[in-house]
Amino acid sequence: MTWLQSRWGGLVLLAASIAVLPLFLANNYHYDVAIQIAINATVVVGLNLLIGYAGQISLGHAGFFGLGAYGSAILTAVYGWPPLLALLAGVLAVAALAFLIARPILRLKGHYLAMATLGFGIIISIVITNEAELTGGPDGMVVPPFTLLGWSVTGAQTWYWLFGILLLLAVWLSLNLIDSPVGRALRAVHGSEVAAQVAGIDTTGYKVLIFVVSAVFAALAGSLAAHYTEYLTPDKAGFFHSIEFVVMVVVGGMASTYGAVIGAVIITLLPQLLTGFDEWEMVVFGAILMGTMIFLPRGLVPTLQGLLRRGTR
Amino acid sequence: MFAEFLQFLFSGITIGATYALVALGFTLIYNASHVINFAQGEFIMIGGMSTVFLLKAGLPLPVAIPLAVAGTVLVGLALEKFAVEPARNAQVVTIIIITIGASILLRGLAQVIWDKQIHALPPFSGDSPIAVGGATILPQSLWVLGVSGLIVAALAWFFNRTLLGKAILATAYNPGAAQLVGVNTRFVLLLSFGLSAGLGAIAGILIAPITTTNYEIGIMLGLKGFVAAVLGGLGSGVGAVVGGLLLGVAEAMTAGYLSSEYKDAMPFVLILLVLFFLPNGLFGARGTERV
Repeated sequence: MTWLQSRWGGLVLLAASIAVLPLFLANNYHYDVAIQIAINATVVVGLNLLIGYAGQISLGHAGFFGLGAYGSAILTAVYGWPPLLALLAGVLAVAALAFLIARPILRLKGHYLAMATLGFGIIISIVITNEAELTGGPDGMVVPPFTLLGWSVTGAQTWYWLFGILLLLAVWLSLNLIDSPVGRALRAVHGSEVAAQVAGIDTTGYKVLIFVVSAVFAALAGSLAAHYTEYLTPDKAGFFHSIEFVVMVVVGGMASTYGAVIGAVIITLLPQLLTGFDEWEMVVFGAILMGTMIFLPRGLVPTLQGLLRRGTR
Repeated sequence: MFAEFLQFLFSGITIGATYALVALGFTLIYNASHVINFAQGEFIMIGGMSTVFLLKAGLPLPVAIPLAVAGTVLVGLALEKFAVEPARNAQVVTIIIITIGASILLRGLAQVIWDKQIHALPPFSGDSPIAVGGATILPQSLWVLGVSGLIVAALAWFFNRTLLGKAILATAYNPGAAQLVGVNTRFVLLLSFGLSAGLGAIAGILIAPITTTNYEIGIMLGLKGFVAAVLGGLGSGVGAVVGGLLLGVAEAMTAGYLSSEYKDAMPFVLILLVLFFLPNGLFGARGTERV
């Protein structure tokens, strides 16, 4: 177990899982579910840095996801930009926006912070729904395929590898951040912000940095997801999508990068497994969510790790 | 010109009174437990929808309304007893996720037990508008304002004059100290869930003849009630009422003078602006953090 708990053991295991998984993917539907998991996991690994490590909640991250997605969609479909340039422009714009709002928003604490991020996300989704000339409104819009130097990315398998690599990069970056002075500073902020300040840590600076990093993860995933599905609706930027991301972080276990990945796997798979329940789907989903949080309040991965540690001792 | 303004004001105050009731529900639970109950909107939905279906079952309105409120209170009590109480030692964010799970569960149950249609409740006393200063006001609006006013007055009396109300306030102020002087804080938490479920149900029933109701109506109404509670300053009863009314008027003015499409965005723009300048809302306690 010590090998798995070391810094790179988990990353190797994740890479191996991504490499082996296609052996079990029988058709395009399976690939599609796997891709959705990778997209969500990328966003959630970033959001976990903010919620789990910096202790700052965000109920509006689907806003960044939606901005990345619609940025790419509008620049390529309406203005005819090359997809890679549109992606970079969209992600940069989101980074700039996140940087701009981070200071006033992260000055808030607890429920006030939750309210502000929630409001920010909802405003973005209302703007996307209302500006129908650019976004197609509630009906959604068609997004051109992703092309790179004349080579167009098509087929579920190609996309699978692309999103798999993106997830590995996100996890690698996240692990590095956590193990750097930034990560230690963040944990101090989580413990007590005032105490961290007194110890000479630029708490605001670090919080802003993590907010921007998590927004960039979301925008990047959103942009590529738009090209993958080739179709986009405003609910991708909506309140429920934001809540889903937070649920993935908390169910997997806060302050655990692999917990975030596991949370994304479970919460993405669950609705697929529940389709047999038809109209009871929402009821069962809600009940499972409540039960997990009541009986495993720290989330799956930290609880299991605690059990394993007790078992090996 | 003035008549038009008055018209927008009437509709703003009407919907604002509903937001105020929902915001009071948020405030009650927040004070008892520091939890934001994201299932609050579902109480509004259950109140309105169960009244609709009790009427369909043939019950008269004066019987259907108390039954619907009582049913919603039971749901609120069950939520506290079986979902919040077992997790009371968990982190606040965990409890928030539990209430989100509960809201999904309740919405799911509503569409299974009832349906996904939009339903209108008949107005309590006719729908012939009353002319006031060149504008008109619906009789139902008067019901909304009158009942909300009565409830706010009753709550003020309850918290200032009764031992139980003071016990709740004491718990909000300092749970540990309240327990030491003999307040049953677990009962206070149960009570606050029951009370705020009742408030939500009443709000949902009062507004249903004006806005119609369906199984999803609680999402936006609940979020706006949350905005109203934060606008006034979380934990402040006066703040919740002022916040609700302000929000309703701001929304009606936006719809009237600016753009009806962006009406729903207004509460969130307003709350962001307020929080940027007053990080604790209008009436919130200014505190310093202990290390």
